[in-house]
Amino acid sequence: MKLLYFAWLRVRIGKAEESVELPAAVTTVAALLDWLKTRGPGFAEALKDTRIVRVAVNQRYVAGDHPVKTGDEVALFPPVTGG
Amino acid sequence: MSATIRVQREDFDVGAELDALSRGKTTIGGITSFVGLVRDVAGGQKITAMTLEHYPEMTERELHGIADEALRRWPLDALLIIHRFGRLAPGERIVLVATASAHRAAAFQSCHFLIDWLKTKAPFWKLEETPKGARWVDAEASDEAAAKRWIEE
Repeated sequence: MKLLYFAWLRVRIGKAEESVELPAAVTTVAALLDWLKTRGPGFAEALKDTRIVRVAVNQRYVAGDHPVKTGDEVALFPPVTGG
Repeated sequence: MSATIRVQREDFDVGAELDALSRGKTTIGGITSFVGLVRDVAGGQKITAMTLEHYPEMTERELHGIADEALRRWPLDALLIIHRFGRLAPGERIVLVATASAHRAAAFQSCHFLIDWLKTKAPFWKLEETPKGARWVDAEASDEAAAKRWIEE
């Protein structure tokens, strides 16, 4: 799975993107966020309040119960502030 | 009719863009445009520069989705969105939204709709530089409320 991080999530996690092997138990967005939190202090800090984390799977906004699978592009970012 | 959408680092010429939008289309009775600029102050803090980060592929997809929704709701003859990214100074242009229609109501309403939805859906993030350091701009509840006004019953 390809993971992308933007804005302050990118800064706190310390990278813009990475490829990861998903544990078999991780099948939803919510489970993915829970798993990512365990991957180090930067992840734990960036994802401590998931209410302000937006998730896009294959460039579409999704909710926590959305499925994730190998081959997906999953982006994590704060609420958007363009315009 | 199809929408023109550009996401670019470079500045744009508002007059030239509006001219191009209606050129050769004599059914158009009016154009409404919105130009967003970098302010030099926010939350009582002086802003020395602003950097816009974005998620390129999703930005294109979201902007096309928002444009398609405007075309579905209003009888438009032309629609243009230009959004910049990168580091900008106060006074620089960030975004241009323009809509053209036979009559002004559709042009005004659709332009307002587009900027309201763009602000809450298109994946851009602003980093402000101030004399005290850089800070990420928080999403405004008022922007969310403005976008919600356009949700159809």
